[in-house]
Amino acid sequence: MNSLIPLFVAVPLAGAFLTMILARYLKNINKYIGLLVMLMLAAMSLIAITTARGDISVCKVGGWEPVNGIPIGIYMVLDNFTALLLCIINIVGFLSIVYSLTYISRYTSESNYYALFCLMVAGMNGVVLSGDLFNIFVFLEIAAISSYALVAFGVEKEQLEATFKYQVLGGLASLLILFGIGLIYWKAKTLNIADVKAAMGSSPDKVHYMLIQLLFLCGFGLKAAVIPFHAWLPDAHSSAPSPISAMLSGVLIKAVGIYVLIRIFFNMFLISNEIAVLITTLGALSMVIGVFLAIGQWDIKRLLAYHSISQMGYVILSVGMGMILLARGTNPEIASLAIAGGLFHLINHAAFKSLLFLNAGAIEYRTGTRNLKEMGGLARYMPATSATSFIASMSISGIPPFNGFFSKLIIIIAAVMGKFYLLALIAVIVSIITLASFLKFQRYAFYNKEHAGEQRNLKEVPFPMVFSMVVLGILCVILSLVAIPQVRDIVLTPAINVLTDPQVYTSTILGI
Amino acid sequence: MTVYLLCFILFLVGLYGVITRRNLVKIVISLSVMEFSVFLFLALIGYVHHGEAPIVDPASPDAIYVDPLPQAMVLTAIVIGLATTAMLMSVIIRIYRKYRTLDIREINNLRG
Repeated sequence: MNSLIPLFVAVPLAGAFLTMILARYLKNINKYIGLLVMLMLAAMSLIAITTARGDISVCKVGGWEPVNGIPIGIYMVLDNFTALLLCIINIVGFLSIVYSLTYISRYTSESNYYALFCLMVAGMNGVVLSGDLFNIFVFLEIAAISSYALVAFGVEKEQLEATFKYQVLGGLASLLILFGIGLIYWKAKTLNIADVKAAMGSSPDKVHYMLIQLLFLCGFGLKAAVIPFHAWLPDAHSSAPSPISAMLSGVLIKAVGIYVLIRIFFNMFLISNEIAVLITTLGALSMVIGVFLAIGQWDIKRLLAYHSISQMGYVILSVGMGMILLARGTNPEIASLAIAGGLFHLINHAAFKSLLFLNAGAIEYRTGTRNLKEMGGLARYMPATSATSFIASMSISGIPPFNGFFSKLIIIIAAVMGKFYLLALIAVIVSIITLASFLKFQRYAFYNKEHAGEQRNLKEVPFPMVFSMVVLGILCVILSLVAIPQVRDIVLTPAINVLTDPQVYTSTILGI
Repeated sequence: MTVYLLCFILFLVGLYGVITRRNLVKIVISLSVMEFSVFLFLALIGYVHHGEAPIVDPASPDAIYVDPLPQAMVLTAIVIGLATTAMLMSVIIRIYRKYRTLDIREINNLRG
């Protein structure tokens, strides 16, 4: 297991550089390298999640053993929570790259695209694997810089404007994170997440501790586009090429935003009631404001981008509820149920949101427009796109038997059991508004009367694009199985145990 | 303490610039000012009074050294900052070619 850990970063990095070198001499090699790299990573992540089984494996980079019990090297940690994220990143990444095979051939300099894609995946894999704050920062910047370049890949007016906005806010977020890391090093004199937990002790300096937590909340909140920090997301996600939108919305905001927030607030800081309430409020605000901003949109990709904010609100809300319950210490079972709902929704969102962005890309590929008012009647010409987008729309709005229903149900049950009645009510209402918004999307894009004369020569998109969409559609249905206790015990429960019991994480990594 | 305060003021100066400037290049410069205030802070937390450069000298075993780790971190962060700034500047050049202006008020295609 240990030998696999460095490969998650090394393989895509090697792929990126090989693509750049070999593409000069061999035509089309970039596609095969990209495809091969992502296929390997997807297989490796599946191996990782099936063999993790609640163990925490540590890989010490360069073989630097701890001195007097103090870790001095860079640690890469693979536990179940990480394995979950690795699965999301690499499987969605693989399907996006299959989709790109035909989609991206409209653009020039394809080899740059595949190289940047591999770099972004390397960055994200590094973020979720590293057990060290500064390393998280470095990998986060690798992922962020390559995503800036990918958002601007079309180099049209909109893309450039969006990427400028994204870069300035992303740069600001990185600085806040780096500032927070500096403050932690000042007091704890270490950067290893587990060691910081041990070094900060049980009664840290209150003001200093709070400042660090707020800095991290702002920094990673900006990366995850929680509501007061969301301004860049709709622009960046709607301007990027569609497979990249799918990666950004489906994976990047989770891997570099939500994942790190959850990891540091559960495994590094002591959970305090104030911060937990703040996180829950931010989640609820994202949920409500995101969906209201989405409902008035006529550009498909902007609509989907605003829904990303809203759905991430669900994840943050339920994790926040879990934190509140853990801070009170009264009923840990409900806390783990709330966290389970959040993580389950995280996985589901990756499946259906990337599918929706791929659908939007397919529509744009054939009709050349993203405006809902200019479409109509596409169901007759593009059956696969229509069917998969129907599945995804029903999943995101929480209609049984698709996966979104089960995760939302768990979140709402947890909210009711934890006596957060208002939050449960908000979650239900937001879900209904989401349904309304997606019925509008379905109706205007696929079932409305078609515009006369314009769409005679429309047909289904090429096979690689259909393949990705159909696989994601099937995933949307079979992910419902995670709600079954036997499957949940393999996939979700060990991940939740890592979060609810930070002592185990600390002692395993420090080897106490 | 004064040094830390000055460092924080530098951070705020940069933040003020990012928020109020209208020229794209000036925004990037302000972002760099902020960036360097954070680097300065990182270098400061590794400073030990009367400390020397952290190269161990076997001849004087009780010498005081400054903390080398923040210095290594600052070097890494400077390289990352360089990449970000280069990326931003290349985007600005492209924006200027498309819009023929650097004024942020006139670059507003994306709304709502």
